[in-house]
Amino acid sequence: MFDYTVRRLLIAVPTLVIISLVIFLVLSLAPNDPMAQVPMTVPPEVKEKMREALGLGQPLYVQFWKWLVQFFWIEPQVFIDHYFGTQFAEGKLRVISWQTRAPVMDTVVERLPQTLWVVAMSYVVAIAISIPIGIYSAYKQYSVFDQAGTFITMVGYSIPPFFTGPLVIVIFAVNLEWFPSTYDTLHKVVDWDSFVIQLRQMALPVMVLAIQGTAQISRYMRSAILDNLNQDYVRTARAKGLSESIVILVHVLRNSMIPVITVIALNLPLIFGGAIITEQVFKVNGIGQQLILAIYANDLPTIQTLTFIFAFLIVGMNLIADVLYAILDPRIRYE
Amino acid sequence: MGSERKPIVKMDELKVVFQTKLGSVTGVENLSFSIFPGETVCLVGESGSGKSVSSLALMRLIEFDGGNIESGKVLFSSESMSDKDLIKESQRDMRNIRGNEIGMVFQEPMTALNPVFTISRQLTEGLRIHKGLSKNAAQKEALELLKKVRIPEPERRLKQFPHQLSGGMRQRIVIAMALACEPKLLIADEPTTALDVTIQAEILSLLNRLKKETGAAVLFITHDMSVVAQIADRVVVMYHGRKVEEGDVYKIFNNPEQDYTKKLLSSVPKLGAMVGKKFPEAMKLDSSQDADPIPIKGTNEPLLEVKNLTTRFPVTGGVLRKKVANLHAVEDVSFTLNKGQTFSLVGESGCGKTTVARSILRLEEAMSGQVLMNGVDVLKQSKAEMLKQRLNMQMVFQDPYGSLNPVMQLFDQVAEPLLNFKMAKGADLNKRVANLFDRVRLPQSFLTRYPHELSGGQRQRVAIARAIALNPKLVILDEAVSALDVSVQASVLNLLLELQVELELSYLFVSHDMAVVERVSHFIGVMYLGRMVEIGDRKAIFENPNHPYTKALMKAVPVADPNRRNKIDDLKFKPISSPIHSLEHIPDASSYSEIKRGHFVLTNELGYS
Repeated sequence: MFDYTVRRLLIAVPTLVIISLVIFLVLSLAPNDPMAQVPMTVPPEVKEKMREALGLGQPLYVQFWKWLVQFFWIEPQVFIDHYFGTQFAEGKLRVISWQTRAPVMDTVVERLPQTLWVVAMSYVVAIAISIPIGIYSAYKQYSVFDQAGTFITMVGYSIPPFFTGPLVIVIFAVNLEWFPSTYDTLHKVVDWDSFVIQLRQMALPVMVLAIQGTAQISRYMRSAILDNLNQDYVRTARAKGLSESIVILVHVLRNSMIPVITVIALNLPLIFGGAIITEQVFKVNGIGQQLILAIYANDLPTIQTLTFIFAFLIVGMNLIADVLYAILDPRIRYE
Repeated sequence: MGSERKPIVKMDELKVVFQTKLGSVTGVENLSFSIFPGETVCLVGESGSGKSVSSLALMRLIEFDGGNIESGKVLFSSESMSDKDLIKESQRDMRNIRGNEIGMVFQEPMTALNPVFTISRQLTEGLRIHKGLSKNAAQKEALELLKKVRIPEPERRLKQFPHQLSGGMRQRIVIAMALACEPKLLIADEPTTALDVTIQAEILSLLNRLKKETGAAVLFITHDMSVVAQIADRVVVMYHGRKVEEGDVYKIFNNPEQDYTKKLLSSVPKLGAMVGKKFPEAMKLDSSQDADPIPIKGTNEPLLEVKNLTTRFPVTGGVLRKKVANLHAVEDVSFTLNKGQTFSLVGESGCGKTTVARSILRLEEAMSGQVLMNGVDVLKQSKAEMLKQRLNMQMVFQDPYGSLNPVMQLFDQVAEPLLNFKMAKGADLNKRVANLFDRVRLPQSFLTRYPHELSGGQRQRVAIARAIALNPKLVILDEAVSALDVSVQASVLNLLLELQVELELSYLFVSHDMAVVERVSHFIGVMYLGRMVEIGDRKAIFENPNHPYTKALMKAVPVADPNRRNKIDDLKFKPISSPIHSLEHIPDASSYSEIKRGHFVLTNELGYS
């Protein structure tokens, strides 16, 4: 198990480097010009100098190497400096946004909490709703509840967040006026009333993201339970005289969670992807919105860094899913 | 049987119906029988005869499998209740009976236990519910139970998970679970079918001993008449959901009344049926068949010579997945198969017999040794040569459900090898495939069907047709009849013997079933822990077994005769030593002593005595 984890971690390093290279090459292929936003009145020689100042005159491999060093070597130093008050990163060049001329990671650190609040909360809500739904619709297969659940999850599956987003805004914010349509990032939770306000402004984006997650997870949960209900050990458990609630919620559920947990872990990065759009719709200034803005502004270092963070999440979640799998299922020993 | 005694279970006119998409199907009808205290009643019948359905109906578990008890009574009596009709009980009340008054053991020890919970947890569950024991008290009791079913190192087993135990040990755990609350009735549904013969013998004698110790009655469900003969007091024969015949075990075996019972008994391959016959021959399935079957002589010309075959599988470990040990699956095995004859490889699961077969076909790469097919070393052939060589060697696998592609029509599956080797096309192909279907006695209407529309025996016939499509010289039969019902098994065996004569086939027959092996073989090799421990002609192996393992194997085979019951001590539990050795380990070459001409016994020490 330990060996397996170490091996997977070792493989993850070249994987991530290759991913970052691919992202870098794709971005450098894109026909864009970071100077496009600069007014026409600026003379070409000045533009050229500005380009060089951004490091654009150098060959691609130098640019890539610089990014690698900045992201993997200098940024961690900044991180350590911040928490331990050390001076490792003094005067070293960090990954700088072309758009704001500020370090990309500073913006990420500023915006990440908003994204996490919305994304994490929506995922927790999705899991909490979908697991009971999955169990019940499997246990009462082909019942009215199951059929209705199947219909609703199919709808939730197939309608993308950019449609459900405006839809819930129209229904809950415009017509019913229950919740605000935008998310106020500057809002601080200090007492009960402000906490309620926070909950209310989170409600719509969380709802939109949770619809998607619930649809997926409850489907997986249902089929995992169905697979296990036919297993011999379920009959053994019943033959022992155990009650249905113990048979289902202990014996069957524990086995069914094995595939579902991995799906939950693997889908988390996808939810981040969905958050990019949802954040845009609800004006949450999280990292999803940051990415969109960076794309509009041709801000390559920011795009590169954010895309890489998403890739890192996917690889990391994959690893966590596999390790969880082995922990939950005593039969799996990666040796 | 004492009729004045009160039966524990009195089943009366039971009828179970299943609702399917095509309407209702009757699982069991008109079934009545009784079980008295302390007796073993065997429900016997082929698959689909409704024997499991009736036991699940007794437990009222059939409702969970989509069955519906339409009519009938199941009167249950014990100290706490008298003539209680279980059919009328609520599921809540049934829970107090299940596991408490009636225990149940299932067929598949591999899947009957929950894989994610420890043995201790699964054993104590019932005790805590029915007996209201505390966690600690239940654990103590669980340990006692494990001792009762004679599991080696019981303390360690409690903390283990099911996958860490062998099949035999798991079945002991399941039995311990069923006996946890000292039930009055133990239902055992094919408890030994999935086990090796030696383990089967141990489990049977364990059940016999436990029955004596606890005084519980046993309802034993099986398709195997030999097992019935070993364990039953009374027998209920079932066919198509109805009772065919009921009676004392001696009466059923000595004077069967119904034709079906007679047919069932005659298709059981009996160990010792071939004594005095030099060559294998087809089984007489029908008493009306006058002509004696013709013995199959074959030739003395070697077709396949296997010399010092060794196959090892690497065991990897560590961060870099280096090879850390070797699994010695096949170790220095040699034998010869003559043209038109059958060589059988026998042994328990994990002894390497299948690996030998697969190494010959080069489905696994052997480490060293020679496999000479007509004098050509198969192991040294290039990929292209090997492809041609496969024309001569074909294989039939054990599982008729898994070995056919579920989405291909049967015609295409049988035609595939012919197309692969460009042997036929167009009208010629159609004719050849149709011929093959005639050969294996399948109706031509099956050509356009799909595998799921066929029974197990019919599927195995398709697999045989596919194997003989290329006119091979060698057919490897890997447990080819093990998964079939006895009557089907007998007819498939007869078909194989018939084809052997007509097509001059040589068979390498891999099996764990000694009675079947006796029927078909010219020569036999007994394998244990990757080695060939004894080799010789059929007569030598069956009538004069020399190696202790061969002897144990022979003794463990259940005999379909209630007068000859095995007396095996279930204490004689012998864990097979591990075939995994370190990289440095160089095993000795196999050395044999010749008992008689052509009869060799291994002299190497394998830890079996």
